[in-house]
Amino acid sequence: MLHTFVAHVSDKPGVLTRVASLFRRLNINIVSLTVGESERPEVSRMTIVCEAPDHAAHRIRASLYKLEITVDVDEVGRSEAVIRELCLIKVAAGPKTRSQIFELATVFKARVVDLAPESVMLEMTGAASKIEGLIQVLTESGYTILEVSRTGRMAMRRGHHTSRVLKALGTPHSDHSDETSFPEKPDADEILPNEFTGVHEDEA
Amino acid sequence: MNSQHPQLTGAEIIWATLVGEGVDEVFGYPGGAILPAYDALRKFPIHHILVRHEQGAAHMADGYARASGKVGVCIATSGPGATNLVTGIATAMLDSVPIICITGQVGSKVLGSDAFQEVDITGITLPITKHNYLVTRAEDIAPALREAFQIAMSGRPGPVLIDITKDAQQNTATFSFEAAAPAHYRPHPMLQAESSSIQQAIELIQQAKRPIILAGHGIIHSGAEAQVLAFAERQQIPVASTLLGLGAFPTYHALSLGMMGMHGESWVNNAIQQADLLLAFGMRFDDRVTGNLAHYAPNAKKIHIEIDPSEINKNVRADVALIGDLRETLDLLLPLMPKKTDTSWIGEVNAMKGDAAVRDIINLPDNGHLYAAHVINDIWREAHAAGRADQTVIVTDVGQHQMWEAQYYKHDVPRSLITSGGLGTMGFALPAAIGAKVACPEKDVWVIAGDGGFQMTAAELSTIVQEGLAINIAVINNGFLGMVRQWQEAFYEKNYAASPILSPDFVKLAGAHGIDGAHVSERKNVIPTVTKARTSGKPFLINFQVEKEDGVYPMIAPGAALHEMVRRPAADPLLETAEDE
Repeated sequence: MLHTFVAHVSDKPGVLTRVASLFRRLNINIVSLTVGESERPEVSRMTIVCEAPDHAAHRIRASLYKLEITVDVDEVGRSEAVIRELCLIKVAAGPKTRSQIFELATVFKARVVDLAPESVMLEMTGAASKIEGLIQVLTESGYTILEVSRTGRMAMRRGHHTSRVLKALGTPHSDHSDETSFPEKPDADEILPNEFTGVHEDEA
Repeated sequence: MNSQHPQLTGAEIIWATLVGEGVDEVFGYPGGAILPAYDALRKFPIHHILVRHEQGAAHMADGYARASGKVGVCIATSGPGATNLVTGIATAMLDSVPIICITGQVGSKVLGSDAFQEVDITGITLPITKHNYLVTRAEDIAPALREAFQIAMSGRPGPVLIDITKDAQQNTATFSFEAAAPAHYRPHPMLQAESSSIQQAIELIQQAKRPIILAGHGIIHSGAEAQVLAFAERQQIPVASTLLGLGAFPTYHALSLGMMGMHGESWVNNAIQQADLLLAFGMRFDDRVTGNLAHYAPNAKKIHIEIDPSEINKNVRADVALIGDLRETLDLLLPLMPKKTDTSWIGEVNAMKGDAAVRDIINLPDNGHLYAAHVINDIWREAHAAGRADQTVIVTDVGQHQMWEAQYYKHDVPRSLITSGGLGTMGFALPAAIGAKVACPEKDVWVIAGDGGFQMTAAELSTIVQEGLAINIAVINNGFLGMVRQWQEAFYEKNYAASPILSPDFVKLAGAHGIDGAHVSERKNVIPTVTKARTSGKPFLINFQVEKEDGVYPMIAPGAALHEMVRRPAADPLLETAEDE
């Protein structure tokens, strides 16, 4: 099954190698990995999606904690988190075929970000399944996809969730007085309604 | 900038930080990229032990750490100096031993250019260190070193390597030991036994009729020997040990079962297979301990007390996992446990011994042959008779003699056995014993090594002499790589490919270094020679010429279940006299 981990790690040289090496050693393939800045200085945020047996999640999480550069690790499932991916797709299209692609883009809430005599570039944000849907429709409609660049998944828990570790470290701008009142996992009815309801990933 | 704190070179900062961390001795070997550090060495109250090979330096730091419970420190130059440390670092990693390795590195401006003696040692050691650092600025040395000490000792201990470029050693920076203190240790959300789990554990223990404690290295790391003893006595639970757990629980105790696993006694393994509850204390269910996992302790619930969350459910599924420091966890548990008086299970376990003890090689009558088991048992008996058993540290190499040591030497106190368990590093004994002797000069330190492993690091004999260390060396010489030969006998139809080994005259070799020695090939000479070595006050080497094709029994074939022990063959031609009894 697919597991999605969110790791906060120190922003230092070699950190990516340490994380990647851990998966290599466990002989687990990383499906996608995104790294970027987080809300706190000197801490990067990684979203790691990997294909691993059901029971491997604990071990991966515990092994990630074992790395000295790791500040915090969270495993997020599809129900508890918003998981998104950004994708750029360049499709071969001349003046005659463009408009049909524009229509498809509108249906999939993709944006046209570049227009060239021979091609169109689309930008799309969403769940991986939606992106795959657009690619599939484009291919099945007979268009030639020239390039695809996907960021890989990014994940964030719904609700006002902060891990115990990050709380202990003190969140920037956090109100310390009511810190402890946040439940570990928000109740179902506390989860904010989401405009993308129905497009969450279906990861079997 | 800050007039209170001195400006020091990076080289001076290295030593000043080590002094601040309480380091008295380091093991090392100089070379180009670490020369600035060596240039500053003699300004500081640190004794440097010059090794003969950097692998030895890492093993010495390891032996020092295991014998003392403190961090061992080794130092080497870049390139080959650093790569020679690798086996020693991996050895420490697999056995969770806190050591600090400092390596020189080429100047930061030429990093990555394949400069002379440049090697990416932080890359190489990434999977075999708990953490490592590449330091390129003088001002970063003290914070990195201090953090390294904290990391090496905290949680599950382990080796940390700090690679310091030559220019970082040569440049100056303001030094303040206090200001370099690491930030508070990152909190670990998994690292505390939860009260609900404690409650579950208590229920399991109370329900258990046939519980066994599996005593691991973690007891010694945590300093939980007294808690384990109290726990076992209060609950009347027998205690089986892993190889690295030997010494954590006194062997003379009625509840002590001895070593479990591949070469454990058959009744110990049978007891584990029949148990209804296993209490794993600071051990990791290594494959040498469990045998075939599919058939391991099938009827037992498992309570796993362990500081490293990644060990939980790794090999054996735990019914209750208590994650945290063992001593703290047992301190929590102990007052909540009502006393038990039922000793019927212990009686059952003792009954399982059956004729195993009679067939034990140590109980066979003298048939004129010298067996390694006799030698090792006699070394213990000699120390015991002299009242020095608690003040003796045995450092073994890897192979048959190591298993015989575990079987026939009685370890009653922690840190009295130093051995490479996880990695199984041949050549470990001699250098590790040097580290142990440096850490504990008042103790008797014995090297027990085979003729194969001893030759891997025999160059360190010179180090012993240069340092004037009174280390006793017992070479168990059978002319074979014994464990390899035993496996070839058992699983490869006696195809002894490359297992017979020629050795020099070890006594003459010792003599060439100025070390006294003796040959022993008869049982009656064992104890007198051991006494002579122990009381000589100088290093002493004994070459024990033992039975060539002896085997370690009982044993579990790889892939077999824990109860499928292979017993000592009754018709062993070497043991004909055994039939006479």
